Amino acid sequence: MAPRIPSRLKLTQQEFDQITQKITPRPPLARNAVIAFLSGGLICLIGQLLQNLYASFGYSTQEASSATVSTVIFIGSLLTGLGVFDQIARFAGAGTAVPVTGFANSLTSAALEFKKEGLVTGLSSKMFTLAGSVIVLGVVTAFVAGIIKSLFL
Amino acid sequence: MDYLTAFVVGGLFCLLGQLLFDLTPFSPGHILAGFVVAGGVLGSVGVYDRLIEFAGAGASLPIASFGNSLVKGVLLEAERHGLIGVLTGMFELTSSGIAAGIVFSFFIALIFNPRG
Repeated sequence: MAPRIPSRLKLTQQEFDQITQKITPRPPLARNAVIAFLSGGLICLIGQLLQNLYASFGYSTQEASSATVSTVIFIGSLLTGLGVFDQIARFAGAGTAVPVTGFANSLTSAALEFKKEGLVTGLSSKMFTLAGSVIVLGVVTAFVAGIIKSLFL
Repeated sequence: MDYLTAFVVGGLFCLLGQLLFDLTPFSPGHILAGFVVAGGVLGSVGVYDRLIEFAGAGASLPIASFGNSLVKGVLLEAERHGLIGVLTGMFELTSSGIAAGIVFSFFIALIFNPRG
């Protein structure tokens, strides 16, 4: 027999939504935004340091930029492997997600998560579970831009 | 001076991302994909490169730069080789980032184990 619910305990969907909205903690907007600004800025500042370092080795701007991106990807990937990235990301939010560190983290964390399903069907094939969308949509955007520019302009 | 602009512009990208995370119902995955598409669109009209000239790593490290690099590779090759360049130039500038991401993630996932 189904338990009877006293009518005063019944909630309409609307009342339920109102209550959940009231008790769900709102993200502290200003604090999050400031932390994201500072941490993301810091990552880009470190990137600029690396870029100037690579440029001083005689790399062109484009090469130095590629080397910088690769280095930052390495750092993000290593910190993910060490289990440190998540702790930083919980604090920094978009500050670590928006720079390319977030891309590195999404690749490495997916690879780690699915490692137990095997080297081929797990680690390797699931590596792009999260980052795939970024590559697919980026490529489609570039394709459309390229077609428009070479056919019509 | 380039350190200051890198810090401020890079920080602003992340601040915008955080506001979108907190204020819109979209998932971080949606928003980051949006950044890439926006970077591609800004790249196709040449705006993003000017931002990189101004802010250096502050504009080249945020993920929007990935969209810009894809578009730039495509447009450069299309100019040189015509329509086929749209495909051959796709990963011309981004291959280092994608290759680095794959190789580092592969070996690090081999060496380490997931926590928790």
